[in-house]
Amino acid sequence: MITGGILNSPRRKYFLSNTYFLMLAIPVALFIAFIGYMVFYLFSNGIKVLSWGFLTQPPARGMTAGGIMPCIVGTLYVTLVSLIMSIPVGVLAGIYLAEYAPDNFITRAIRSAVRSLAGIPSIVYGLFGVALFVRGMELGLSVLASGLTLGLMNLPWIITTAEEAMSAIPGSFREGALAVGATKWEAIRHNVLPFAFPGILTGVLLALARTMGETAPILFTGVTYFTRELPRTPLQKFMALPYHLFALATQHDQLMKVRPIAFGTAAVLLILVLMFDLIAFVVRMRVAGTNKWQV
Amino acid sequence: MRSRSFFDTGVRILVSFNAVLAASVLLGILLFLLLYGIRAFIPTGELSPDDLSAQPLSLSGFLFGTSWNPDAYGQPKYGIVPLLLGSLITTLIALLIAVPLGIAGAVFIAERLKGTFRIAVKMVVELFAGFPSVVIGFFGLIVLGPFLARLFNVPSGLNVLNAGLLLGLMSLPTIISVSEDALRVVPHSYREAAYALGASPWTTAIRVILPAARSGILAAVMLGFGRAVGETMAVLMVAGNAPIIPRSLFDPVRTITTTIAIELGESTFNSVHFFALFALGFILFLIAMLTNLIAESLIQREKRSFTL
Repeated sequence: MITGGILNSPRRKYFLSNTYFLMLAIPVALFIAFIGYMVFYLFSNGIKVLSWGFLTQPPARGMTAGGIMPCIVGTLYVTLVSLIMSIPVGVLAGIYLAEYAPDNFITRAIRSAVRSLAGIPSIVYGLFGVALFVRGMELGLSVLASGLTLGLMNLPWIITTAEEAMSAIPGSFREGALAVGATKWEAIRHNVLPFAFPGILTGVLLALARTMGETAPILFTGVTYFTRELPRTPLQKFMALPYHLFALATQHDQLMKVRPIAFGTAAVLLILVLMFDLIAFVVRMRVAGTNKWQV
Repeated sequence: MRSRSFFDTGVRILVSFNAVLAASVLLGILLFLLLYGIRAFIPTGELSPDDLSAQPLSLSGFLFGTSWNPDAYGQPKYGIVPLLLGSLITTLIALLIAVPLGIAGAVFIAERLKGTFRIAVKMVVELFAGFPSVVIGFFGLIVLGPFLARLFNVPSGLNVLNAGLLLGLMSLPTIISVSEDALRVVPHSYREAAYALGASPWTTAIRVILPAARSGILAAVMLGFGRAVGETMAVLMVAGNAPIIPRSLFDPVRTITTTIAIELGESTFNSVHFFALFALGFILFLIAMLTNLIAESLIQREKRSFTL
């Protein structure tokens, strides 16, 4: 029951109330402090090996020296392939859900399927990639097989943000175009997409950041511990930052000797991920500042 | 005029096609896992009948077997009980940590923080959800592991406790973010009614707002569960990975996800072992789907409860 009232003075009531709330701040503060400590720890150790050479040279002497250039190239390459697949499909599916989908069973099933896809563990996507792309379509262990697997995984994120960005545009924008004789698509093309674009871009950037750090889906679809040449065609194996970090941290014969390079790899991966997160954040904030209809 | 409406119809077909395509990925995953997984249980002509490792598995042996050891000479064992228990125990520890802390954090953010500061705090919390899991695993391996080993005076910090702690941290952003959303959709009239009765902001938050948002918060817990049970790389790096049923917090543990990650590379294509790993994937898929469906129906229920 709600207590207080006559027995407690209002001042005491609010003092207690504020004290209790302050206690709830502790987990949030601790969590943010932990995140800060982790980033600081990895950066302060990683910065010791970070140099231009580290970023532009291949590994040398059994990974105990040299840089991580092939891993950076591989990660960017496979992420690019994944987005080439998931952006068109994801944005078009998002347009359907936001603009065309009637409120019926089929739409609900599609929405539910997309949401479920977002919750499927990444290792399951890896298994699916092995079965469909590596074996079924005979792409072998390759950039293409890994990229497509990652593309399927980031598809639901892109669809959801694209749909949300378009649904946030008021109906009057479309009605204005329809009233002067535009077709439905012309209304969407000229009066919805340009305004939804920053929101869609935010979703794509966040998907990009997450895709770069994924390991489980590429583990059996094309990533490799070491390859002498960079993938010239998308049908070759590749090295990647997250897998490189995993291998240096747990698989190498001389774990302590490669530790500095592992720190460097972790720092580079985290910097890349945070950089795209930051760009996404800036885009989102700019939208919040300029779009007057969303207050 | 004609071509414009023609084009319009074309676009309609194109976007519908892509939506169906995206949704059918789910069906594709289900189908492939089922088709591959089921082959671990049916005899195939390609395999030599003398080779014991090529014998098909029995479904009951797979589901109730208490030993997982595919490499045992002559007598490979494919019982998922230790793996399933490994996944459930680590996830349970994760939730024991993340649920109270996450809900407390969500109440604080929803009730006490305003404007840009609130958005910034939520953004930092959500940022952690996007951290690569190998980076978190690396941190668990080299910082948390030695720390736990020293703290509890045990030989190795790579154990159930380490995996549970990391999974707890990793599911915290999901639980905070989804719970906070749930708390914020509680209509303002609830709050006004409580204030009018003389309730303090604290009493209002705990006795009125929190119970009203319970469906959404339960959904947050389910999504946190899904996040923890499906995590692979971080657990792989800190759990010690022995496929035994752990007896204490300091024993190593093997989960379903890590078993697939460790063994898929070393299993021969089209062997019983290979297909058994797909069967594991299928179990994981079922757990994830069930979790999602429950979470989604809870979110729908919360939405309905506030619209009259």
